Amino acid sequence: MVPKKHLLQRLLAHLQVLFNLSGNLTLLKNHELDQFKKEILETFAKQIPFCNTLGIGFDCLGNEITTHLPFKKEFIGNPAIPALHGGVIGSFLEISAIIQLSWSIFLEKKNNGDNFNIKKLKEESLVLQRLPKTIDLTIDYLNVGRSSESFARAKVNKIGRRYASVSVKTWQDDPNNPFALASAHFLVTNSMKL
Amino acid sequence: MIDEIPIPSEQVKLFFMNLPFSKFLGLKLSRLGDGKAVMILNYRKDLVGDPKTGVLHGGVITTLLDSCCGAAVMTAGDPKTSTATIDLRIDYMRPAKPDTTITAEAMCYKVTNSVVFVKASAQDGTKKTPVATATGAFTSPF
Repeated sequence: MVPKKHLLQRLLAHLQVLFNLSGNLTLLKNHELDQFKKEILETFAKQIPFCNTLGIGFDCLGNEITTHLPFKKEFIGNPAIPALHGGVIGSFLEISAIIQLSWSIFLEKKNNGDNFNIKKLKEESLVLQRLPKTIDLTIDYLNVGRSSESFARAKVNKIGRRYASVSVKTWQDDPNNPFALASAHFLVTNSMKL
Repeated sequence: MIDEIPIPSEQVKLFFMNLPFSKFLGLKLSRLGDGKAVMILNYRKDLVGDPKTGVLHGGVITTLLDSCCGAAVMTAGDPKTSTATIDLRIDYMRPAKPDTTITAEAMCYKVTNSVVFVKASAQDGTKKTPVATATGAFTSPF
């Protein structure tokens, strides 16, 4: 594992190059940009113990994050099928929503801020660490979650002054054929947004 | 279906105690019967959702409530098959106090041939208001 300090330095070096050059992210080649976003996200997610416990990973294409949940024997909820436990599915959906929402808030702030500098970014990345609080979560279990890797994508419907609404879906083979859906509301504080 | 013989409640209890994911999180079934269930979850650092506050992740509470509801459903009659969650809504009222044991209670309030409706709440023992409540619909095992 790369030491945390080293990782942070690398991230800051990346950022320095990025923002000194252009003030926006578009100058980077797409795959570099996606890699860079992935690094920020991984640093962010590593701080959530339960996210590590489940072993959730990411992919980032543009601003869209796809989360991965590996299959583990411990995740079984019905050994006869065998099927994933509803709780794992719910946890995965909630984490996916939290990550996409945090990311959207981060991007929104970035687009609003004109004088973007490294010092501010350090504070901003700290804001990234501040988590939205779940108010409610409604899960629709459409089908059995089978014993294979699952993927999820969240859509932020609205970020208001205090509340945010997010929809999430999770699938195993075909994104158009999700096995569970969720809709959730979160509390977002002003300090997260400013 | 193959299994038309009712499943005894001892077997239901064993089933829930031995679920891999329940074991993984350390859920314990403390009471079961008559469409009601009580489940316990001990605090663990690797289940934390917000490292700054040490509060358990919402997903852990979701799992506890989902399992507890499922167990309650299986004892609301003589089950002939297993049950599955159709939908579950969780309301998070307040953060659970770090380092406390969470107790969930579930109760079936309407049982039909096709669907069982369940309510559940999770307490951390510090206040009267629950940490979270859940409302769910499950496929009927009867």
